[in-house]
Amino acid sequence: MIGLEHYLAVAAALFVIGIFGLFLNRKNVIILLMSIELMLLSVNINFVAFSSFLGDLVGQVFTLFVLTVAAAEAAIGLAILVCFFRNRGTIDVEDVNVMKG
Amino acid sequence: MTVAAFTFYAFAVTTLLGGLMTVMSRNPVHSVLWLILAFISSAGLFVLLGAEFVAMLLMIVYVGAVAVLFLFVVMMLDIDFAELKAEMARYMPLALLIGVVILMQLGMAFGAWDYSEGVAERLAAPAGDVQNTAALGQLIYDKYIMLFQLAGLILLVAMIGAIVLTLRHRTNIKRQDILAQMYRDPAKAMELKDVKPGQGL
Repeated sequence: MIGLEHYLAVAAALFVIGIFGLFLNRKNVIILLMSIELMLLSVNINFVAFSSFLGDLVGQVFTLFVLTVAAAEAAIGLAILVCFFRNRGTIDVEDVNVMKG
Repeated sequence: MTVAAFTFYAFAVTTLLGGLMTVMSRNPVHSVLWLILAFISSAGLFVLLGAEFVAMLLMIVYVGAVAVLFLFVVMMLDIDFAELKAEMARYMPLALLIGVVILMQLGMAFGAWDYSEGVAERLAAPAGDVQNTAALGQLIYDKYIMLFQLAGLILLVAMIGAIVLTLRHRTNIKRQDILAQMYRDPAKAMELKDVKPGQGL
């Protein structure tokens, strides 16, 4: 029988892969956004696993909202990326220093 | 090994493989395709957990919309990805170190996992006759209607924001001037000349 721990292990491994991707692709914003999507997916797996094993549907309701926010975030992030590429001709994160912050 | 266990392991391995190849792949188009694989196989995991509605939502929203959006952006922008990938090896030790540390932390957190009293009864709680989608609908449209509306608002803001960010008003092209068209007077638009035969203008 597949227990809760198995799903938690998969979610934890996926989350770590997302963080690994963030550090590995320091320059490519597209892959950075994809890594964030992976991390949100692992959070969703956690939510759904707990919801299913506790017999409480609220976890799935929350997954729905996480999904919504993730979709909105991807859309806005890619729009900013397209804007940035139009202005600078590159998507290198290290070039994002217009504001000298 | 039962069929359910085999299915779980197949989906779990595919999800992790998809995620790993997403961040390791050299070509961003391949990255997006691996991401789609990770989404589809985690939708399979959700089906195994009995969350059919969320699984289908994952397929429609993530695979159908978000991944295709990524694919569009990757293919539309003319970027030299080889140059961006060149420094990947430089960050590899740091990335591996942080990944291993966080994995160990999560392992310690989940390794000490213990169930509370009476977990067996709760796990065996019957789902009833109501299907997953219907039960979710009863929750969302009743108890969480406010959050549901707010989620719609977030999507609206995201849509308007994306349009505003990417809309470019070009100045050097001819545009339709609707007011000028509406106030145009046919009498002034054309001048009739009576040209006598045999004469020029």
